[in-house]
Amino acid sequence: MSNLGQNKFWKSIDMPIILLYVTLVLIGWLNIYAAVFDESHASIFDLEKNYGKQLLWIVTALFIGLMVLLIDSKFFSVFSFGIYGITLLMLVAVLFFGKYVNGSRSWFEIGSFRLQPAEFAKFATALVVAKYLSSGVKMERFSTKLSVLGLIGLPMGLILLQGDVGSALTYVAFILVLYREGLSGMVLVIGLLIGIAFVLSLLFAKAAILISIAVITAILLYNFRRKKKIIPVIIAGAALVATMVVGFSYVFNNVMKQHHRDRINNLVGKEIDIKGAGYNVNQSKIAIGSGRLIGKGFLNGTQTKYDFVPEQSTDFIFCTIGEEYGFVGSVILIGLFLALLLRIVFISERQRSSLSRVYGYGVASILFLHLFVNIGMTIGLVPVIGIPLPFISYGGSSLWSFTILLFILIKLDANRQNIVK
Amino acid sequence: MNIFFERKYIIQAILIFTCFILIVRLFYIQVIDDSYFLSANNNVLRKLTVYPARGIIYDRQGKIIVQNEPVYDLMVIPRQAKNLDTIGFCKLISIDKNEFITRINKARKFSPYKASIFAKQLSARAFASIQERLFDYPGFFVQNRTVRRYPDSVAAQVLGYIGEVDENRIKKTNNYYQIGDYIGISGIEKSYETILRGQRGTKIIMVDALNRDQGSYEQGKYDTTAIAGEKLISSLDLRIQKLAEKLMRNKKGSVVAIEPSTGEILCFVSSPTYDPNLLVGPERGNNYIKLLKAPEKPLFIRPIMAQYPPGSIFKAVQALIGQQEKVITPESRFPCNGGYSIGNRIVKCEHNHSPLNLNESIAQSCNSYYCWLFKKLIDHGNYGSVEKNYLVWRDYILQFGIGKKLDIDLPNELGGLLPTVSFYDKYYSSGHWKSSTIISLAIGQGELGVTPLQMANTMAIIANRGFYYSPHLIKAIGKNQVKKETYTTKHLVKIDSSYFNVVIDGMQQVVDHGTATYAKIADIPMCGKTGTAQNSHGKSHSVFVAFAPRNNPKIAIAVIVENSGYGATWAAPIASLLVEKYIKDSISRPAYYIDRLLNADLIHPTFTETKEGH
Repeated sequence: MSNLGQNKFWKSIDMPIILLYVTLVLIGWLNIYAAVFDESHASIFDLEKNYGKQLLWIVTALFIGLMVLLIDSKFFSVFSFGIYGITLLMLVAVLFFGKYVNGSRSWFEIGSFRLQPAEFAKFATALVVAKYLSSGVKMERFSTKLSVLGLIGLPMGLILLQGDVGSALTYVAFILVLYREGLSGMVLVIGLLIGIAFVLSLLFAKAAILISIAVITAILLYNFRRKKKIIPVIIAGAALVATMVVGFSYVFNNVMKQHHRDRINNLVGKEIDIKGAGYNVNQSKIAIGSGRLIGKGFLNGTQTKYDFVPEQSTDFIFCTIGEEYGFVGSVILIGLFLALLLRIVFISERQRSSLSRVYGYGVASILFLHLFVNIGMTIGLVPVIGIPLPFISYGGSSLWSFTILLFILIKLDANRQNIVK
Repeated sequence: MNIFFERKYIIQAILIFTCFILIVRLFYIQVIDDSYFLSANNNVLRKLTVYPARGIIYDRQGKIIVQNEPVYDLMVIPRQAKNLDTIGFCKLISIDKNEFITRINKARKFSPYKASIFAKQLSARAFASIQERLFDYPGFFVQNRTVRRYPDSVAAQVLGYIGEVDENRIKKTNNYYQIGDYIGISGIEKSYETILRGQRGTKIIMVDALNRDQGSYEQGKYDTTAIAGEKLISSLDLRIQKLAEKLMRNKKGSVVAIEPSTGEILCFVSSPTYDPNLLVGPERGNNYIKLLKAPEKPLFIRPIMAQYPPGSIFKAVQALIGQQEKVITPESRFPCNGGYSIGNRIVKCEHNHSPLNLNESIAQSCNSYYCWLFKKLIDHGNYGSVEKNYLVWRDYILQFGIGKKLDIDLPNELGGLLPTVSFYDKYYSSGHWKSSTIISLAIGQGELGVTPLQMANTMAIIANRGFYYSPHLIKAIGKNQVKKETYTTKHLVKIDSSYFNVVIDGMQQVVDHGTATYAKIADIPMCGKTGTAQNSHGKSHSVFVAFAPRNNPKIAIAVIVENSGYGATWAAPIASLLVEKYIKDSISRPAYYIDRLLNADLIHPTFTETKEGH
């Protein structure tokens, strides 16, 4: 690297990613402005309002991104466990010194400045998983799986302890990474089954489902009675689904908090209560739906501007886009995200270093999960889980952490000629 | 690159497929399903009604009889009314805590998000004191309305009143009205409702999630302004209306005065009356119940609803019909004999004198004369049978507007009583009745019911020498001073104008030196007729009808004072004062003359009889 000129360094940086990043961040800023627009603070630079503050976050994020690019790539490999360890410590510390916000204890507060360690744990975990999986371990081995699960489960568990179910759920995204690195495809199928069983256990009485499973199993067993090899598979499958149903209803009723139960019940249409738990989603759907094909135009969205949609600059920022730019704008935004995700996959695949590749998939998976869950919840596809829309939602912690997450990949990619171990 | 590199395709497929699902869902809620768009409008748009001011009513000289006064409804949006200093608030609008809770719960039941009325029609003073403190009480705001105000507190029954529209009326008018609207319930307010009410305006505003006003929608593109109701110019003359109400205080009865040349009603009193201001404002309901239950029935509109046998005043009409039918001439004489005998029954006459001619019979009100005349008309008339003769006679009476509605511009007018042929056929059986059977009609007694309005109108016909315009209370509508067509149509009575003179002569003699000399006015030749309408419930009703001056009459009047005796005692002097006031705008009578009338209490039991004369 030392014999490469400055010019060459900049040239090695992937410009499409940078462009997509800048575009998304600017879209976010403008929409935060539209979402919380206030006549008496009409300047987009007004620091009393979220849009003015977001500009500060953007400027600092760009600075942090630049710093990441200037750090030697080896740093991320060498200190991956160190960074991971520090974030774990922060996650533990926040349990004792954190401030309660909306029922979860996941924020450090220093003066007027608030920091959410769970956000930073995302890139740390991605880095450590990449480091571990690129260290010559074999995915087929049980011990490998267990270790990876541990590395992912540790921050996830700590975040769950804070009461921040939404952030904890984002770690599920790593399934995609593990799949890419050799975990059996059954993992995805089981994931899907888990989802179905979960919904079933909410919609119907346990007994009814268990009886149905028994009946279906009996029929299948009868049909396949000659094929001795399949019989254990059927029995195992039935047992698995039955266990999950029982397990989910236990988790649902005994582990989750009431507001989670409400949100999920509302999603599966079990309890229609548009003034209670369903209020947010209903208002969010109204805002997006009322945008129609081309939207109401910049600053003309009434639903978000007049506070019908809660959290309109953070978790529900997509409402403003849906309302003011309509279906066309929404598709463009999703298109930009998809382009970003596919570009990241493309970049990951061109890496010679497996650490860079695994990390790249980690980035793609985390962004993908946020995208799907965040937009999905605003349009009623997913229960309300309070996670931000990357680069768009208001918030310093999330913008910084997503910027670091992405820029580490850009740095690794810029340096792809040198294999980082 | 490793052995699993093909899995990137599956992963890419998952990414693309998931984004596709999001887009499909967005397509559904944004492009296909309209309901979200409508819900968004429901969320943010509020249609406010802008109430128009109701039309103002003036008297014939341009003085205001009814005007509007701003009042302030205190509104509440329950969801915003939080963390209140309840005790302070209760003090502010002077209610107790329980009342507060009842009201707020009622409002909450209606809707926690929408405004409903918390306290109705606060006065300007109450509003001023509340307004200063209102910012302390989130969720409360004040909305302007106007209510009626009657500066002179007169003509209650003419004007009627307005009240909140009820469900039935809303349905009947195809939802023109909305809950909370005011509508005319009686009087002119009712009969001219469509003119007075004006046109509601709407204003569409945008509100935020807390229902706070965020300004007009699309710069007011869809707003409509309220159009105030049109003004009405009443034919009433406030000067004599006020005087008449004063004179009729503590008396039961009516005064109706009409301008003969137009049919415009100058004065319309139903006594006992009430202060129209009682039926305005928050106490309206209670006051209404009180008025409804009052033994003197102030809500009963006597001039158009009370029916009396007309008594002697009917003789003038009979004299005209007799001449037109040529059964008498002015010089025809009939014996008096102190009464008219039918078998062993006798219709008594007050006097016993030599046979009178027509003129004298009116001046001296000879009962026998009119019994003979009636016998001639009915038994020996020109049409061959008693029934046919009666039918023709009845038709004359109808032409005088008696026995049918006069179409005054007030609701609830009654037509009076005038028996039909079939009524008598049924009562006495066909062919078994003649003049002697129904002789009471000859002198205006018996099965006759005439309203004070019809009496006054009859005077207008005689004053006009044979025609009338339907009496009415509104002489002009709106800026362009339009008059209803009903009230510009001349109704002719089929009696030659030449026959009137002798009757009018007689009537002038009544005032000049007959039964009503007490009512004589210096310099104004007045023609009148006293009547004493018999009444099965106690004393006779004192009746006086008149018009003046004799030539180019300006006013025709009927005054009825119930259960007070002779026409000359009460009705005649009251009429006389009103006529003088109307024509000369001043009264030349001595104070005791007026005071006697003003101070007389003919309703309440403490009343001691004053000396009666006639």
